[in-house]
Amino acid sequence: MAPLDGIGASLRRKEDQRFLTGKGRYTDDFNRHGQLHAYFLRSPHAHARIRGIDTGRAKAAPGVVDVFTGADTKAIGGLICGWMITSKDGTPMKAGSHRPLAEDKVRYVGDHVAIVIAETYNEAKDAAELIDVDYDVLTAVVVTDKARAPGAPLVHDEIAKNTCYEWSLGDKAATDAAFAKAAHVTKLDIVNNRLVPNAIEPRAAIGDYDSGMDSFTLYTTSQNPHVARLVLSAFNGIAPEHKLRVIAPDVGGGFGSKIFIYAEETVCLWASKQVGRPVKWTGDRSEAFLADAHGRDHVTTAEMAMARDGTILGLRVHTTANLGAYLSTFASCVPTYLYAPLLSGQYRIPAIYAEVDGVYTNTAPVDAYRGAGRPEATFVIERMVETAAREMKIDPAEFRRRNFVPADAFPYQTPVIMTYDSGQYHKVLDEALTLSDYAGFPARKAESAARGKLRGIGFCSYIEACGIAPSAAVGSLGAGVGLWESAKVRFNPTGNVLLYTGSHQHGQGHETTFAQLISTYLGVPTDQVEVIHGDTEKTPFGMGTYGSRSLAVGGSAIVKACEKVIEKGRKIAAHLLEAAEGDIEFKDGKFTVAGTDRAKSIQEIAFAAYVPHNYPQGVEPGLEESAFYDPVNFTFPSGTQVCEVEIDPDTGVTTIVNFVAIDDFGKIINPMIVEGQVHGGIVQGIGQALLENAVYDPESGQLLTGSYMDYTMPRADDVPSFKVGLVETPCPHNPLGVKGCGEAGAIAAPASVMNAVTDAIGKHMQMPATPERVWRAIHGTAV
Amino acid sequence: MYSFDYHKPASLSDAAALLGKAEEGKLMAGGQTLIPTLKQRLARPTDLIDLGAIAELKGIKEEGGALVIGAMARHADVAASDVVKRMIPGLADLADNIGDAQVRNRGTIGGSIANSDPAADYPSAIVALNATVHTVKRTIAADAFFTGMFETALEEGEIITAIRFPRAEKAAYAKFRNPASRYAVVGAFVARTGGSVRVAITGAAPSVFRWTEAEAALSANWSAAAIDGLSVKADGLNADIHASADYRANLVKVMTKRAVLAAG
Repeated sequence: MAPLDGIGASLRRKEDQRFLTGKGRYTDDFNRHGQLHAYFLRSPHAHARIRGIDTGRAKAAPGVVDVFTGADTKAIGGLICGWMITSKDGTPMKAGSHRPLAEDKVRYVGDHVAIVIAETYNEAKDAAELIDVDYDVLTAVVVTDKARAPGAPLVHDEIAKNTCYEWSLGDKAATDAAFAKAAHVTKLDIVNNRLVPNAIEPRAAIGDYDSGMDSFTLYTTSQNPHVARLVLSAFNGIAPEHKLRVIAPDVGGGFGSKIFIYAEETVCLWASKQVGRPVKWTGDRSEAFLADAHGRDHVTTAEMAMARDGTILGLRVHTTANLGAYLSTFASCVPTYLYAPLLSGQYRIPAIYAEVDGVYTNTAPVDAYRGAGRPEATFVIERMVETAAREMKIDPAEFRRRNFVPADAFPYQTPVIMTYDSGQYHKVLDEALTLSDYAGFPARKAESAARGKLRGIGFCSYIEACGIAPSAAVGSLGAGVGLWESAKVRFNPTGNVLLYTGSHQHGQGHETTFAQLISTYLGVPTDQVEVIHGDTEKTPFGMGTYGSRSLAVGGSAIVKACEKVIEKGRKIAAHLLEAAEGDIEFKDGKFTVAGTDRAKSIQEIAFAAYVPHNYPQGVEPGLEESAFYDPVNFTFPSGTQVCEVEIDPDTGVTTIVNFVAIDDFGKIINPMIVEGQVHGGIVQGIGQALLENAVYDPESGQLLTGSYMDYTMPRADDVPSFKVGLVETPCPHNPLGVKGCGEAGAIAAPASVMNAVTDAIGKHMQMPATPERVWRAIHGTAV
Repeated sequence: MYSFDYHKPASLSDAAALLGKAEEGKLMAGGQTLIPTLKQRLARPTDLIDLGAIAELKGIKEEGGALVIGAMARHADVAASDVVKRMIPGLADLADNIGDAQVRNRGTIGGSIANSDPAADYPSAIVALNATVHTVKRTIAADAFFTGMFETALEEGEIITAIRFPRAEKAAYAKFRNPASRYAVVGAFVARTGGSVRVAITGAAPSVFRWTEAEAALSANWSAAAIDGLSVKADGLNADIHASADYRANLVKVMTKRAVLAAG
């Protein structure tokens, strides 16, 4: 009998025992012998030249061991951006110098000026107040249109017009031709608001240099410890890879913000050798607001051309992406290759042309945040589709149906790079319409109107690309890394399993889901499986977790490793059972001679492999197999959300009264975990649509939403109960048939919510739809 | 947080003595504003005098037909008090909607009004219910107590002991919460006490104020409809990234109507 805890079981998460009982081990929970504490002095100005820094008084302060500034850290290589973007004129992107500690200028409020290292955190913080920085305060540029204006102050003196790149994708001539024959053109100006990631665990790092071994250990809040090690070695030059161990233990959420290699861990690691003692830094919430890489921040003009019957003929998009003051680790690819290739949505659009200008401003760096480019693309195409349908007086569901890629058209090549592998867009939409009782909406709207309320309904039929791949393809587009994943399955002699993965969990439930794969593929129950990740000295080199890739890519590597285990086990079983290898079948953890009841369990085979007294000739002892998996394509999860809102015209308050999500994530391993991922993603998407907004003062560049007093995180009472459902169209090109589920909710919800809000008020408006903005939109006073 | 000396006196006289001796002493009630301020290093007292152990400041009781709430009564105490619910249910309701559960379990009525945050809830109830603030030295009428943004009539070192509320015939509070902080963007407390109507607005301006036009309209006709014909000028109202002065002016009217409806 197949184990009950394998693929398809809503198994409770193994890891929650420690998380929910306070036994998780996060970076700040580690304390090294002789450890010192670091505090980073940050810039209070958005833009200033540093005339001089006097650290004398700070160095003499109680408990202080040392203070370093940019002048002291010139030996550290600069922070890098790992994806080269080429502008449409053929020139490479202009990446400004990004020093771990500022040397000539500070470029945003929160920029790193000095590190103070002391016996206690408070002593370090006290001493930081004694550092005298002589700033020549410069005019700041905060919004992208001002940053591009003639005569604007330059964030990087050497980069003209504050422009990193002017990039394009698609066929301009074909798109122009499509617009020339359009019966209707829809045009919208769209702002995708800036967000602060807000992982529950702030970033932290401990640098620990061992002079005996001449090697470093870094404990850090990372989503990808091997990539961190590679960058810290190859680019920052702290230590060669074999002399650097990076441990990312339990990590309390990332949402992308912990992919990147930041100044803090780089400097703590370097400094641990300078001071000869471990150096620990734990960021506080205020620092997280200021200096974690932010997300989104696009300003877009989009135009869509339609034939008379609503058939989409072409899409033209111009986006200005605010990159912040420096290029963060993967900042350049988010508004380009993770964005424009998704603009085709679920639709057959013959011609698409997208231009993206990446612009520097005196704000925190902007990089990947849950969805990373795909929410921005989905928001554009889904606002356009909804608006076009309304303008053309075609039901928005019907408009989508007319333009969907039909189920028999896969694989489907879009005009913007992607080849969609599978999907059933019509079926998903139909299920969403049923679950949301779309037919009953007019009656509900009338009932709301009778109570003086405005009711609206909105759709979002999203596509996303997960498991970013294959390596050769992303390499040709400028990626500086490969995007495969690794796994190692190690049987112990007593028959239980250690599963090593190169991916990393920071809330996703890998320790459960991956164990379920072992249960199904090898017949070892999940309580006999320990999943190990997050330590470069334990796991094979891996690329980490982001882009909803862990199951599609990392899970596939696990399957490949399991297949190798079975192949080897088959040889051992054939010997023990005195049968031909070809006659051995493996099922539910047993090797059986076909057509007989003669069998050996995989645990017996593992024991034989480690105690090879009776063992086949030429077969190595031991039962441990590794695999690396490089996919042939992205995966393409899709789905439709239907959001229904009721708005109070007196106050502008929007209440979500119904929310339906039907998702096609391919094959599902653990339905409960998937549902949790969907819920969390939707809440983040609702947060972007209605609540969250990172606001800088347009003149001073001060972050006005630097705490939870002003930055509105969604809370339980801000969101409704969700109605969710699944359609399973297996991914045709990975062994599990899985697609990825981590980002879908956040990708789709901003559009479904805003389509509902704009339906209710009968007008276009920008996110977030805060009460005052909605009230002004209703009552006709511009925001 | 900078370091300071912490004291927890058991009596008002000890508290006063400690405050007198301190180079820069600071009284702490529930600490819901003070502690975050200290953590942000925005204040640097030499001594923190915690009023939490002083029995004289606690308790909620009916006294001579009035409701008397000790200065150190926590919001959760007021919200759950049978005496408050019986005498002025609108006040219990206000307390039950301050901040979040953590704040309500620490924050106190005395601390709130002494701080005089323009977005705090309690000031509107104090003014609309025409309460009297009792201190170690004197009693202060509600209309004289709140003098500006984070300013009150309290003198240096003057400790609030209790607040005395006359029993109202009708009283209710309606608040439009800041979605982030859950402070009042605008809060309206309406009360009819001994035939006299008071409407006090918090959140909208630098300090709580009485909306006299609404008081007159409601005196003539106690109904939400009585507010319809009124308008509120945006001049002088607060404006921030969450709400402009225009929007606050609108909310003053909307919340006042809702408070009247809630008061019945």
